[in-house]
Amino acid sequence: MTESLSPVVEMRGISLAFPGVKALQDVDFRLFPGEVHALMGENGAGKSTLIKTLTGVHRPDSGQVVLAGTDVAFSSPGQAQEAGISTVYQEVNLCANLTVAENILLGREPRKLGGIDFPAMRKRAAEVLSRIGVHIDPASSLGEHPIAVQQLVAIARAITIDCRVLVLDEPTSSLDAGEVAELFRIMRVLRDEGVAILFVSHFLDQVYEISDRMTVLRNGTLVGEHLSADVDRRALIAQMIGRDLGALEAIEEAAEKHQADGPVLVQAEGLGRRGAIEPFDLDIRAGEVVGLAGLLGSGRTELARLLFGADKADSGRLLVDGKPLHLRGPRSAIAAGIAFSSEDRKGEGLVADLSIRDNLVLAMQAARGWTRPLSRRVKDELVEKYVAALDIRPANPDALVRTLSGGNQQKVLLARWLVTEPRLLILDEPTRGIDIGAKAQIQHLVTTLAAEGTAILFISAELEEVVRIADRIVVLRDRHKIAELDGSASLDEVVELIAGGAAPEKVAS
Amino acid sequence: MTALAQRVPSRFLPVLATVILFVLAFGVGSVRYDGFASGQVIANLFIDNAFLIVLAAGMTFVILSGGIDLSVGSVVALSTMVTAAGLRAGWPVPLVIIAVLLIGSTLGLLMGLVIHKFDIQPFIVTLAGMFLARGLCFLISVESVSIKDTTFRDVATAVIELPGGVTITYNVIIALLVVLAALYVLHRTRFGRTVYAVGGNEQSALLMGLKTSRAKVGVYVISGFCSSLAGLLFSLYMLSGYGLHAVGMELDAIAAVVIGGTLLAGGVGYVLGGLVGVLVLGTIQTLISFQGTLSSWWTKIVIGVLLLVFIAVQRTMMRGRFRSLA
Repeated sequence: MTESLSPVVEMRGISLAFPGVKALQDVDFRLFPGEVHALMGENGAGKSTLIKTLTGVHRPDSGQVVLAGTDVAFSSPGQAQEAGISTVYQEVNLCANLTVAENILLGREPRKLGGIDFPAMRKRAAEVLSRIGVHIDPASSLGEHPIAVQQLVAIARAITIDCRVLVLDEPTSSLDAGEVAELFRIMRVLRDEGVAILFVSHFLDQVYEISDRMTVLRNGTLVGEHLSADVDRRALIAQMIGRDLGALEAIEEAAEKHQADGPVLVQAEGLGRRGAIEPFDLDIRAGEVVGLAGLLGSGRTELARLLFGADKADSGRLLVDGKPLHLRGPRSAIAAGIAFSSEDRKGEGLVADLSIRDNLVLAMQAARGWTRPLSRRVKDELVEKYVAALDIRPANPDALVRTLSGGNQQKVLLARWLVTEPRLLILDEPTRGIDIGAKAQIQHLVTTLAAEGTAILFISAELEEVVRIADRIVVLRDRHKIAELDGSASLDEVVELIAGGAAPEKVAS
Repeated sequence: MTALAQRVPSRFLPVLATVILFVLAFGVGSVRYDGFASGQVIANLFIDNAFLIVLAAGMTFVILSGGIDLSVGSVVALSTMVTAAGLRAGWPVPLVIIAVLLIGSTLGLLMGLVIHKFDIQPFIVTLAGMFLARGLCFLISVESVSIKDTTFRDVATAVIELPGGVTITYNVIIALLVVLAALYVLHRTRFGRTVYAVGGNEQSALLMGLKTSRAKVGVYVISGFCSSLAGLLFSLYMLSGYGLHAVGMELDAIAAVVIGGTLLAGGVGYVLGGLVGVLVLGTIQTLISFQGTLSSWWTKIVIGVLLLVFIAVQRTMMRGRFRSLA
């Protein structure tokens, strides 16, 4: 700990621009050995870009990166790793077709006679895994394991390098509470060994629990660097969103509930699919927000996919406006006014290489049919309207979707569905991996849409959010619908139902 | 099958299915035709398809990385042409061999570099390579050039006697050595595992700090090398060089690899699968020649059906397996 006076990483005056976006402007950042340093900011603040500049994915347009006193300019993630900077990204960046052991050690595998020494490799992988308390067969394929376990394997990979700097970019978004505690234990061990840990999370509780110091970014510029103990939550949030806590009030406002008494729009009778979700009944009224609560794997997404026709039901039927609707696939659902915003925003829904404008226009045109082209003026008006309404940043319709942050991509995806003016909007984890400001905006949007008469099915892993926003809560457990509560239900009631007295489900195997 | 499916890891199932298919096809032949189930018939499978085994090994690398190499048939033809013309001009045999292997590897390297540096689909680049190599053949000679070199003829006609009176040629030994080398490289070296990683998820492989560019270019060098080596074996088999040799052989190689259980999307498959795939193709050919009355084009029809069935089976299996990843 004697070195702790001089930073192990120092980034000075970093600037980086993408087409249409100034991602970083003159940002300074330092990281000391033996500390957990939280990088804070809203979506689009430049956190991921700064991290990728440090890890050699992006090269800065100007500025310098100093690692342990020497100037470095990494041109690939491999080089950064060799220099002792290892990274765990938000999305699991491993190869599902390889074994767990290979995913942990490939690139620095033990060798014998010029070839890979597989027994030694499996043994080392098992050691590393047991160091972080994961007990899976290192010889199994990575793809056989749930995402949470894959995330832990990614962390195992990161710590097998003799690393001086460990970057964790939202490692907790797919972990349950027990796994987070385990991760924090590992982080503390590494920190005490002198590793500098850069940590990004949208969960403020977690940030305050684990971090020693924090750097706040906003709109690609540095706002400040503090010791975590010196700054309280409200001050931190004010720094992150740069306005007078309006966003927090927006959340309070979102909690305002109303009794929906519109006509029943969508009605499921004994709808079910073997292995996905047991038959359930569900009514959704116009202008109502129905929340789905349940643990990961409880059948939340599966239920939504049945309503959208993405999977075929093998029992029951679906009625829209009281008339049976035979869903042959998503197209017929869309035709009936049902929209499904998937949790996988990258894989489904957005065309990353097109601009915001083109992505919105695609949806509009698809909704109208190609025989009725939209005029340029109407297009511009609509695009402007949604960019402003959802506060998509940058507010430049020509920016490529690829260059937007996760939260802003989510907003573009939402806008894509909104332009089709759906009657039932299914939102699957619309706020995952999104900062407070954007979360409040999306929640606010949900209540506004409901007030205008749109029916909403809201799925979120964050129970608090579901309880706050929903007029009615449907509780799922083990692929069964077990209860339906009205909007006044408390968080404790929902938690109790989900726990259900039975042993709590673990996400990990 | 279901009991078996539970005990064998699902990644081995496609290969296993191919092995079973091979055993079945061979079993049918043995029951129906006298003399089918002899060691020599099996040996002939290897002798007649040695070059295809080598091609399939190279192709496996490319397909595992998520690419495709359409140039291999033309490179085989070019190699036979260079061999024949070189020997006719009086070059010593070792020089000819080195020249042929160099040409094939260089062509592969060039295609790999173009694919990687300019980020162009392998399909297009290797299609261009296919036309280029085929055209180069006719630059050397438009006619078939026969090989009269005595050393070369001696090697071509030499037979190795195995216990039981079965004979094989040197071609078979070389082909099997190539398969062994490919097995080693793919499964025991960092390069080989990187090929799998790139085929599984290129972006992840890059972020894991693996040398993806080396793997992406390297597979085409390996395929080019294997194609030229297959060309040498084909020269030994045909004892001539001709620009119209090996027309469409790239498709046979791809078919063998796919029937052998390698996913066209990359990342999943085995060299041995390609070997068994070649043997399946060879067995079908032998069956049809034993049958006697069917035209040899029936081979193509059977291969077509098999290919369709295998791809459909793979697709269903992958759906089940990778669902958890979505």
